[in-house]
Amino acid sequence: MRQFTYLRPSTSKAAIDALSKDPNAQFIAGGTNLIDLMKKGVMAPEKLVDINNLPLKEIKKQTGNLHIGALALNSDVSENKLVTQYHPLLSLALKAGASAQLRNMATVGGNMLQRTRCFYFYEPSLPCNKREPGSGCGALEGVNRMHAIFGWSDKCIAVHPSDMAIAMVALDASVLVYGPKGNRRIPFQDFHRLPGDTPEKDNSLEKGELVMGVEIPDGPFTKNVHYLKVRDRASYAFALVSVAAALNISGKTIKDARLAMGGVAHKPWRLLDAEKALIGKPATEETFKQAADIAMRGAKGFKYNSFKIPMGKNAILDALKTAAAKV
Amino acid sequence: MWENLFSEGKPGALDRVDGKQKVTGAAKYAAEYNLGNLSHAVLVESTIAKGRIKNIDTKQAERAPGVIGIIHHGNAPKVPGYDTGDNPAKPPTGGEPFRIFQNARVYFAGQPIAVVVADTYERALYAATLVKTEYDKDEHETDVEENKDKANRPKGPRFEDYVRGEANAYKTAPVKVEQEYILPIEVHNPMELHATTVVWEAEDKVKVYDKTQGVKATQKSIMDAFKLKEQNVQVIADFVGGGFGSALRTWPHVIAVILAAKKVNRPVKLVLTRPQMFTMVGYRPYTRQRMGVGATMDGKLVGITHEAISETSTYEEFTEGTVNMSKFMYACPNVNTNYKIVALDKSTPTWMRGPGEATGAWALECAIDELAYALSIDPVQFRIKNYAEMDQQRKLPWSSNFLKECYEKGAEAIGWNKRNPKVRSMREGDWLVGYGMATGTFGAGRGRATAKATLLADGTLLLQSAVSDSGPGTATAMVGIASETLGLSPSKITFDLGDSSLPPGPTQGGSTTTSTLGSAVYDICIALQQKLLEVAAAKEGSFLKDAKFEELSFKDGAISRKTDSAKKISYTEVLKQSNLPQIELTKDSQGGDERSKYSMYSFSVHFVQVHVHSLTGVVRVKKAVTVADAGKIVNKKTAGSQMIGGVVGGIGMALMEEGIFDHRFGRYVNNNLADYHVPVHADVPHVEVLFVDKKDPYTNPMGTKGLGEIAIIGFAPAVANAVYHATGKRIRELPITPDKLI
Repeated sequence: MRQFTYLRPSTSKAAIDALSKDPNAQFIAGGTNLIDLMKKGVMAPEKLVDINNLPLKEIKKQTGNLHIGALALNSDVSENKLVTQYHPLLSLALKAGASAQLRNMATVGGNMLQRTRCFYFYEPSLPCNKREPGSGCGALEGVNRMHAIFGWSDKCIAVHPSDMAIAMVALDASVLVYGPKGNRRIPFQDFHRLPGDTPEKDNSLEKGELVMGVEIPDGPFTKNVHYLKVRDRASYAFALVSVAAALNISGKTIKDARLAMGGVAHKPWRLLDAEKALIGKPATEETFKQAADIAMRGAKGFKYNSFKIPMGKNAILDALKTAAAKV
Repeated sequence: MWENLFSEGKPGALDRVDGKQKVTGAAKYAAEYNLGNLSHAVLVESTIAKGRIKNIDTKQAERAPGVIGIIHHGNAPKVPGYDTGDNPAKPPTGGEPFRIFQNARVYFAGQPIAVVVADTYERALYAATLVKTEYDKDEHETDVEENKDKANRPKGPRFEDYVRGEANAYKTAPVKVEQEYILPIEVHNPMELHATTVVWEAEDKVKVYDKTQGVKATQKSIMDAFKLKEQNVQVIADFVGGGFGSALRTWPHVIAVILAAKKVNRPVKLVLTRPQMFTMVGYRPYTRQRMGVGATMDGKLVGITHEAISETSTYEEFTEGTVNMSKFMYACPNVNTNYKIVALDKSTPTWMRGPGEATGAWALECAIDELAYALSIDPVQFRIKNYAEMDQQRKLPWSSNFLKECYEKGAEAIGWNKRNPKVRSMREGDWLVGYGMATGTFGAGRGRATAKATLLADGTLLLQSAVSDSGPGTATAMVGIASETLGLSPSKITFDLGDSSLPPGPTQGGSTTTSTLGSAVYDICIALQQKLLEVAAAKEGSFLKDAKFEELSFKDGAISRKTDSAKKISYTEVLKQSNLPQIELTKDSQGGDERSKYSMYSFSVHFVQVHVHSLTGVVRVKKAVTVADAGKIVNKKTAGSQMIGGVVGGIGMALMEEGIFDHRFGRYVNNNLADYHVPVHADVPHVEVLFVDKKDPYTNPMGTKGLGEIAIIGFAPAVANAVYHATGKRIRELPITPDKLI
């Protein structure tokens, strides 16, 4: 049996100390992804630092933002009154993710840090630059139906699988990080990376850093929001494309808008240009169509996933229509 | 209630006799026999699709903690039957079964090339990762589309080109449709993983707990492979957690565990992993079909042409009845069919629920629908117009055929006539609404079975036969039949199965268990009644002296004359007054020549309502009505569940199931249940199951016809036809995923 040591520290300090001392150590929380990766032989940590004893489960309203601890469970966050009151988009996105059983185990921090579901990444005997830098990208000329249309490189065309993260990036959340060099705050938008030449690096966390929680600034998006996930079956399937849409409509005019997509890139894909095209315009199908067109500019697909471009456009239109129609 | 289990017109719904065991976890499956000194096996798989093993290095693995033994082609004991041509682990129709660990050849990616046995599963799993293999790799071919020119007609008369009337006559018809339909690989993926636990009880005596749909068939395979006597091979399958055909054969991994147990001289357990379920226990093969159908302006079929190209492995010839339905189903003077297979560097496919016919119905029933629309005739009316009064292929009368009643019942239940028949005319918000239907059929076979009955002095009855139950509720059905036939409360009856040492029963496949085994149970119950009468009448002063069997009633566990129900003698009293501890009978049962006089088929008609999102292309089956003409229904509860299961499988086939290969590597890229989609609860609407529930006069004494296959055959085309009605778009390549509707 592949041996590993297991620790369960009770302070964040002890946790990051345990990790930074050991080059091949991993934090584990819900384990819904890491355990799979260990079973498949994709990851083989020699030390698991179980952080479930850390006091990071709290969801609390603070002045100007909502704080969600990294260990808050996906299911708890999705049902939380503060979340549904201040950021219903996040609740919708969480409920679209995985299955009820997984949501009961998975944490907010783990959700952000989950790895791509690209098959080539999961199969150690096939090439994958993310798993084994330099081995090639199996998906580039392989079965790439689930892969990226934005921001990919010829080293990696994988997508980030999270639904929660799409809402987080749309809502301008920040990630609170604690590490050997102290505390820092990373805008959610900058947390995940594009693959470039180093697809092995999913995000901008430094070695030994621990996600403590996220903060979502108060905003006006409490009513006209929608998370649309287009998938091959009704539940427990990753997004072909997904759209987080949030509108602040006054009268018939869009005062503010947020738009982000999932299933299309190595990171949650915020659509700033499309948002600009919505702001100040009437909340009509015509406006939404224009925004959708702008959103998909620059998208480029591969042999099996070019459908994501028209589907993405339609999904944005549908999400905006549905969000605008909410009363 | 119990006396009405399968009487004409009276519904029966005996609860599953093993239901409590299943829901409480008391039911034992092949991986759950924790025998003393048990060791654990893990298979090492080939990572290439074709070539030879140049070197297999097990040194490091052997040194790993807990490892007891590693077997591969370099050190495997001989399997004696492999050298005699006795065909252990019988191939489906031709070729030579893959001989595990007997040579260095690699036929497919994921082929088992070694087995590691250790004292715990985790240790075996780890050691398996330390086995290092070098290959001489050959170029492989795994894509049917790239190789369809190499397809050949399988050997044997069953696969000769069929022509009735004139070939390709559809081309001359005033209205015609010519299209191609693609069905991808589908993988059975029963919930229970295939598992085998083996213990050698003596040098020449082995006991095997196996996931198998046929304990006798597996026993025979093992006898042949290891040259063992029948009484020295015992195969146990008390419960089987679904099969859908994957457990119809004795696969090479079973032989591997038996070899391993012999070599390490300890009981060994092997449980396949989910990825191994994709390569080691068969799959429904990829099939491309070309249909040509033509009709007169008033909607009478002129010609049907049905051609299919499918796949098999390089070492075995797997075939199925893909084009059969087109030969007999509709009244049509001109029909021609052609069936070819191409050998590829993949494992051998196998029968999957509704084998062949489900694939064929996908093409035929879509083409028929396309033709109906081309003619502007209601698809139901078009089928009724071309209803075959007799089997068109064999020119025999149907033993029974209530298709017209099925159409009627289904149409009414779904509200067919209330729909707007115009394509893309119905909407609910952004969702396009469509209705579709299709027909299914499968042969109503009956095989041979032996049942043993033991009536004990306390009035309880034990029935036994070596059959497996992969889930439909075999024991429940048999208790029902016995109860009804013998006139005894079901609470007094037990049915023993799942053990090859019982009297020979059939393999559970091809929708034949109730017909085959039920007939044996029926026959033995009649024999038991005759024996009871004989014993009772022999007693001095019996009121049954000189009574004729036909004059008697057997009811509530007692015998009386039909004319005088007040005077009766209970079965227990019959035994008691003759000092008999029990009556024991064994009887073999099979049909007569009725199969040469009548054409016997079950029929199904599926109606669905779908919603298709106009922007995202997402399809949801919102309503499903499934109607079966399966003769007399023995148990509406379990039969109903089986139909619902077929609909769930049908939704999977229609909307999401697809085994995807990366042909560069000759390997699956979705060999797990996260990426290979089967329906989840949210994909399945309320399913309305309707039965014609009329006795077939000829199939067997109960008048039943098979049910398992027709539950899925025709469902996928019904969905595709509904998607067309909703959207105006014909999707001719399954599964109908959202990207195809954008």
